[in-house]
Amino acid sequence: MDDIVLKTEGLTKHYGGVHALEDANFEIRKGEHVAIMGDNGAGKSTFVRQITAVERPTRGGIWFDGREVDFDGPLDAREAGIETVFQTLALADDLDVPDNLFLGREMTLLRLGPFSILDYRAMRRATEEGLRRTAVKIPNLNNPIRNMSGGQRQCVAIARTATFHSKLTIMDEPTAALGVQETAQVENIIRNLKEQGEPLILISHNMRQVFDLVDRIIVFRRGRIVANLNKEDTDGQDVVAYITGAKTGAEYQDAA
Amino acid sequence: MADASHGVGGLTFDASRRTLPPELNVLVALVLIVAVFEVLGRVLMGDSFLFNTRDNVDAVFNEQRLRIIILQVSIVGIIALGVTQVIILGGIDLSSGSVVGATAMIAMSFAQVAEVNGAPNPKGMFLDEGWVDLPVVVPVMVGLACGLVAGFVNGVFIAYARIPPFIATLGMMVTARGVAKWWSKGQPISFPTESYTLIGKGMVPVLIFIALAVLFHLILKYTIYGKHTYAIGSNEDAARMSGIKVDRHKVLVYTIAGMLASLAAIVLSSKNLTAQAGMGIIYELDAIAMAVIGGVSLSGGRGSIVGTVIGALIFGVIISGFTFLRLDAYYQEMVKGAIIVGAVVLDQWRQRRVAARA
Repeated sequence: MDDIVLKTEGLTKHYGGVHALEDANFEIRKGEHVAIMGDNGAGKSTFVRQITAVERPTRGGIWFDGREVDFDGPLDAREAGIETVFQTLALADDLDVPDNLFLGREMTLLRLGPFSILDYRAMRRATEEGLRRTAVKIPNLNNPIRNMSGGQRQCVAIARTATFHSKLTIMDEPTAALGVQETAQVENIIRNLKEQGEPLILISHNMRQVFDLVDRIIVFRRGRIVANLNKEDTDGQDVVAYITGAKTGAEYQDAA
Repeated sequence: MADASHGVGGLTFDASRRTLPPELNVLVALVLIVAVFEVLGRVLMGDSFLFNTRDNVDAVFNEQRLRIIILQVSIVGIIALGVTQVIILGGIDLSSGSVVGATAMIAMSFAQVAEVNGAPNPKGMFLDEGWVDLPVVVPVMVGLACGLVAGFVNGVFIAYARIPPFIATLGMMVTARGVAKWWSKGQPISFPTESYTLIGKGMVPVLIFIALAVLFHLILKYTIYGKHTYAIGSNEDAARMSGIKVDRHKVLVYTIAGMLASLAAIVLSSKNLTAQAGMGIIYELDAIAMAVIGGVSLSGGRGSIVGTVIGALIFGVIISGFTFLRLDAYYQEMVKGAIIVGAVVLDQWRQRRVAARA
């Protein structure tokens, strides 16, 4: 059991009277790619917000990397090794690729508090290494992010995870705003992460993408997990049935 | 390193299409403006703007004019160094001119001599307390403390009370001017100690300006402070999500800007040998204009100290050029206003062009 990267037990979040997330039991193992699917408002993003510590759960526990955790905030979670690629890109347009990758955790040559001297060379080397690992293609690292396409920007955001050897990557609809080619590029990166055994939680509405990329599919409906399906045992229609409520997983009958 | 290695993953990168540093455009503008004044001078005045035309002086350039230009530019330029950082941060500082006034009054009152021509100093504010003939560190420290407090208050209101920078610094602008008038009940303060007058003597202000410009250029380019300043101005939410302590950083930047304004006040009052409550009026706009002319974007995230220094020179050349063409001082003020608005128009145009290219 010690190959479990992240586990939640009875994770619950209420916004006042709204039960956005109810009693979610979830686990992901090393090297596993898991998709979270569900309609809008089914609780997917709420679930992610709890495990990345953007919000505090009403009830329930989270185990990460072998121990129970109670993160102090998203930075704490990131420090621990949970890297999130948000729907809205968290990039500074006027900075270049290495600057963005290392934003908030710059490498320094000399520590002088806020006036610490930056180690540009080391950051650039680490960036190149990270990009190579994810096979992200960026024509010019020193170009401000502003001048890049949506796909390239998304790639930069994803490359962060590889650069920092995160223990778990979470992507919230990484290709929602991208074109066909750019989507293909991002999907290639995800396959690359898979080959390297990096665990991933992917939130997506794209059935084809999910079946292409992941091992296991978790379906959320009305704040509850209603299905936990191995890719081999299911198909698109089946998943749709779970999403819409036509079917509910046997072990989750009482929940629905 | 071969340029091909830029393209991690095999995409080609055309190095010849690399965008030139924006400061180059500003530099070209400076050269063009000097050339225009040179031509206008030859045609209208029969004199050269840039070069020496007097037989009794052995020099290539009109050194006297150049000296005046850089000396004029230096003091407001020191303020502009701070304003540049504030604007890159995505803010604005309208209080620097008034901070100059308040600091000049307060610092000067601690720099006074005990006796003038054998009689007690007629303007001495602290004669009774005996705070006269103090070593030069005292007024300098007091002055810098004024800027520190003003900048810190600006920063706290903007970062923690979430007041728009425009309003917060507008309030400080009015308040600091009030302090400047109240300090000596509107009376000018004069008769500084000799050591104090050395700060603004001759070309010393220029040296101070150059030293500070180099220092802050390095700080903005090579330290975490600089990186975070650009990051916050570029995308504040991203900076916050990346773990940058945005609020604390804002306070730091506004405090540094306040201290630079107060340093300009010390230099100015030392150079003028007197301090008046009206000192530094409109300096904040001059400083903002220098930064914007130099390519610092009012929407934050873009610009540099190098650009501001060149922008300051352009500003100085234009003012000096109008004097050279014997245009009335009234016209100068009108033109100054036009320059400030023109620089902002240029900035907007540049941004649209960048947006269209992306």
